[in-house]
Amino acid sequence: MSNIYKAFEKGKAFIGFLTAGDPDLETTKECIFAMEQAGADLIEIGIPFSDPIAEGIVIQNANIRALNSGTNLDKIFKLVKEIREKTSIPLVFLTYINPVFNYGYERFFKTCNNIGIDGLIIPDLPFEERSEIQEIAEKYNVDIISLIAPTSNDRIKEIAKSAKGFVYVVSSMGVTGVRKEITTDVKSIVKLVKETTTTPCAIGFGISTPEQAKHFSQIADGVIVGSAIVKIIEKYGKSAPRYVQDYVKQMKEAIQRNSLI
Amino acid sequence: MSKTKFGQFGGQYIPEILMTEIINLEKAYEHYKNDEKFNRELNDLLINYAGRPSMLYFAKNMTEDLGGAKIYLKREDLNHTGSHKINNVLGQALLAKYMGKKRIIAETGAGQHGVAAATAAALLGLECEIFMGREDTLRQALNVYRMELLGAKVNAVKSGTETLKDAVNEAMREWANRTEDTLYVLGSVMGPHPFPTIVRDFQSIISKEARTQILELEGKLPNVVMACVGGGSNAMGIFYNFINDKDVKLIGCEAAGLGINTDKHAATVAKGRTGIFHGMKSLFCQDDNGQISPVYSISAGLDYPGIGPEHAYLNETKRAKYVPITDEEAVEAFEYLSKKEGIIPAIESAHAVAYAKKIAPSMKRDEIIIICLSGRGDKDVAAIAKYRGRIINE
Repeated sequence: MSNIYKAFEKGKAFIGFLTAGDPDLETTKECIFAMEQAGADLIEIGIPFSDPIAEGIVIQNANIRALNSGTNLDKIFKLVKEIREKTSIPLVFLTYINPVFNYGYERFFKTCNNIGIDGLIIPDLPFEERSEIQEIAEKYNVDIISLIAPTSNDRIKEIAKSAKGFVYVVSSMGVTGVRKEITTDVKSIVKLVKETTTTPCAIGFGISTPEQAKHFSQIADGVIVGSAIVKIIEKYGKSAPRYVQDYVKQMKEAIQRNSLI
Repeated sequence: MSKTKFGQFGGQYIPEILMTEIINLEKAYEHYKNDEKFNRELNDLLINYAGRPSMLYFAKNMTEDLGGAKIYLKREDLNHTGSHKINNVLGQALLAKYMGKKRIIAETGAGQHGVAAATAAALLGLECEIFMGREDTLRQALNVYRMELLGAKVNAVKSGTETLKDAVNEAMREWANRTEDTLYVLGSVMGPHPFPTIVRDFQSIISKEARTQILELEGKLPNVVMACVGGGSNAMGIFYNFINDKDVKLIGCEAAGLGINTDKHAATVAKGRTGIFHGMKSLFCQDDNGQISPVYSISAGLDYPGIGPEHAYLNETKRAKYVPITDEEAVEAFEYLSKKEGIIPAIESAHAVAYAKKIAPSMKRDEIIIICLSGRGDKDVAAIAKYRGRIINE
């Protein structure tokens, strides 16, 4: 078991996402510390990929900025190592399968284990292709986080059954990005997940306001916010950390108030 | 071999959000491919609408000029809409209709698949939306207007390299947004299973006809069958029914752009490595970090950093051979076929003609080459003129 469970021990979890190297790795490091100080319970670190097919325009552009700043896996591993010297907050990577495949599965997961990465989210590795990395990931104690989508229907229980770390419930159709309204019946999806597994369940895609965070934290064990944070980084660049901190604090408070009810 | 893979290649590497629909598609295809009514309707469309069978034409002047093997052209350029793309599109659009879908979406590079998809949608009463890299909309402005004329909406994709790869990304994103009433009609033998199989099956009519035709005309099988390869749908189409004929050499011609020793090419087999992208494990042009490389070819239809997984398998097992052809060689072949045979080939197909020019002279006179002439070149005339330094207003 990895450290991910710790993120869900103190009530509802706030999970923040950012893309490593956007606009540079130093800012990424400061933003991660800023999020932790603001109360984030788990951080998803995006490893940039040239063609992120599950991302909306905000995170696509973050990937481009990160690649343009010369970010690559070895530099990100070094960054995480530095971060790990100062914090034990659960950390997961989010990336696409090709950079991992290209690096070599054994080498990738071994390094994740060495530097203290707890989990991995791969949007283009569905349940059917899990065998690609499952054994190696288990060997190195890195949880592969399962995604469940509004279209998953009959697949929900099958996916939830083998879920590790947390279950990532995708709130909406389409790609990542801030949404005014989320219409999917996530409540019944979460219910099905809960009937199947004790692994915590967090909701992501489209969440940006404290109201949305509060609403979805009532349904699940945590909320995941990506594009809204990346937008702040896009706007403020190197001076983003304090703005990210203010934002995460506000979001965390919204879901904490909720936990007390 | 897993049913979703060709050896180690293929698979279903796509977001969870699309999995249910991909499984639906697979089930629907497995059902309708053996359904009598579906096949009767498709066959009727192929004959009476697309103009099949396409001719197998003996290129007498070219054969005499090169002085070696007999050269036959499989004239997919004579199909309705001017390329082999219609074979697949009629199949998939009809499948969409049988599945109860109201709308199809498609990516396009040169615009041939987009035009074919828009055509099938118009015919079958489906809504149609096309994703095309912004750069390609400029290179192939005429095809953009054609698609619009046929009632399709064309989205110019401004992300990434603004070419075919990005058009596929955007079409996948749009499909993830709306699967319920929409089928993604993929244009090549690529993407997640079952697309490589579906597209290959619908395109395999090319070799089914060609094999029968050459046996009728020559009383024997060809020595070489060749085609251009981007994603590789016309090549899989012309290869497929010859795969078990072990003495027939299969050759795919990929785009070497300015040369495989420059960084301006789209030669996936020559310069790519195994990777996982666009739903499939296959060969891709990528950098040391596994980032997909920007690729280049004068031909928008071959300007793609990957290749269909079945081609990767045929390459690995050495059943087929893949060779790089430069822009310059393709343009020369484009002009050559126009002057020698009075046939203006698509610049994509000209890559195969170029390789035939290289190998035919050293082959024996009783040997036979079949080239898949996948499309006609009207769409390329302005671009080739520009390549030769003449500006023509389309």
